Amino acid sequence: MKKYQGRVVAPGTVTAEALVSHGGLNTLASFQKALQFGDKTATCGDQNNPDLYGKQMAGKALCLPRTIGSTTGGLVLYCACSMHRQPACMLFSEPIDSLAAAGAVLADVWLEDVQMPVVDSLGEEFLSYVKDGMKITVKENGTVEVE
Amino acid sequence: MQLNEELQAVLDGKKGAARQKVLKTMMRYGQLFGAENMVRVSGQYNHLVTSFGLKALAPVYNLLDRLIAESAVSEQKFSADPRPLDPNVPSSFLQNIIFNYFMYSKQDEYEEQLKKLGLLNKDAFTCTCYMDEVGNVPQEGEILSWSESSAVVYANSVSGARCNRNSGIIDLMGSILGYVPCFGLLTDEGRKAAWIVEIRTSKKPEAQLLGSAIGMKVMEDVPYIVGLDKWLCTLDEDAKTYLKDFGAATASNGAVGLYHVEGITPEAVRQGRELLKENVKTYVIDDAELERVYKSYPVIWKKKDATPKLCFMGCPHMSLNQLITWTKNVEQGLKTSGKKKVVIPTVFTAAPDVIKKFEQTEYASRLKATGVILSYICPLMYMNNPLSEKMPVITSSNKLRTYTSARYYTDDEILAQITGGALK
Repeated sequence: MKKYQGRVVAPGTVTAEALVSHGGLNTLASFQKALQFGDKTATCGDQNNPDLYGKQMAGKALCLPRTIGSTTGGLVLYCACSMHRQPACMLFSEPIDSLAAAGAVLADVWLEDVQMPVVDSLGEEFLSYVKDGMKITVKENGTVEVE
Repeated sequence: MQLNEELQAVLDGKKGAARQKVLKTMMRYGQLFGAENMVRVSGQYNHLVTSFGLKALAPVYNLLDRLIAESAVSEQKFSADPRPLDPNVPSSFLQNIIFNYFMYSKQDEYEEQLKKLGLLNKDAFTCTCYMDEVGNVPQEGEILSWSESSAVVYANSVSGARCNRNSGIIDLMGSILGYVPCFGLLTDEGRKAAWIVEIRTSKKPEAQLLGSAIGMKVMEDVPYIVGLDKWLCTLDEDAKTYLKDFGAATASNGAVGLYHVEGITPEAVRQGRELLKENVKTYVIDDAELERVYKSYPVIWKKKDATPKLCFMGCPHMSLNQLITWTKNVEQGLKTSGKKKVVIPTVFTAAPDVIKKFEQTEYASRLKATGVILSYICPLMYMNNPLSEKMPVITSSNKLRTYTSARYYTDDEILAQITGGALK
């Protein structure tokens, strides 16, 4: 088991299976179809992301460097959370970008029955070590255990 | 975070619970990026990315209802992204059912919300709000609370305004408060370039291809581009149109919120290479690099050699001079191929106010005669459903390619295809 220490963006604890994107997550391209057409597993629709395309994101520990693309990104994440189709947690190797931060904060402040822990600044080594299917545990203080 | 008396009163709940929660949201958002204070929004108008009454975004509309109910509405008037529907754009019976009854069934309801929140006027729906014809033109140094990645990168780079890549909802919240947290592209340090991009191509690079290459390389960093002034010469209307398309590709293929073009964009003209950070990285773009990037785009059509059923031009919306240039190009292409009308249904999109201006010119009837349809629609919103996704649609927009199944071609390739001619 390896441990990584990051910064807490949205608090919470969770254990889930890792889903890894080595490139930036294009939030709109990834979630849009799932939100529009009732896909509760949130299958990734971003053709430009070979790591995630066609894979289920809901309930997974989504490990990524950052998010990219449209500035609808934050509200798309907020909607995914509100509709209970969000990843179990989002774990960023880099400092969080403004769009993902908006989604994380909006969900945490405005939604009462939803939890999506978000941790950033976990480092490059985290993203090179973690692989799809590994067991991830997020602690309240931003510690991330990978096994 | 340091708050002035006005904002402290909001935080203390003296302006209502909704505003208090809005401020808490903006403070937490800003603190993540080291913001120590909030700065006054000084732009005349705001711009919002969310223009569509999409059923899937019901949680957003519920949140807006809460804000309206407590009179927590925008201090500024605002424009918004393009409408998702236009009956002039070809669509099948089934597509119409999906658009009207499944996807955009909340459109009328949402537009009512926008009016209550501060929509500029009934035609203020475009991603190119910064066009003179539209009138939401930011001035250099103004602080904005905009969203829409292509508009933000244009406002920062070409207008010299200051705006972070705000998400939808955050854009409106900045306007409701009249303040945004001070960080990133609002600061002098945040506007410095981490990359120097050297353009060494043998001809003027395709704007959307160049932007894509740079976006995918630098991601959210600020690039300082040298060698492009050789092709753009000065910041005239043609250069602004080029930078509009270029910037949209940097923002959608990566996450660029600001670029500097040496000798062209205002801060680069004034400050030159003082805008470079120490230890900048270098990216050289030549013909081979652009070719590599072009060939890297996946084609996700089921039948790769399918005959295109539709062509979209104008993501982001076309400028007036772009409409005029393309009218001439299509006419010339048809003349060369011996055809009278375009051979692929083709839609040019532009802001409603740009379309009005264009319709006052002789080119409007000439474009109509070629069979090209002119629309205010958002091509991206048209494309994002299972039926449209299966259609072989072509475009020279790298943004549309990124978010949908539309296939990217260069402008010359698009022209040859829609006019039935051979590629030069």
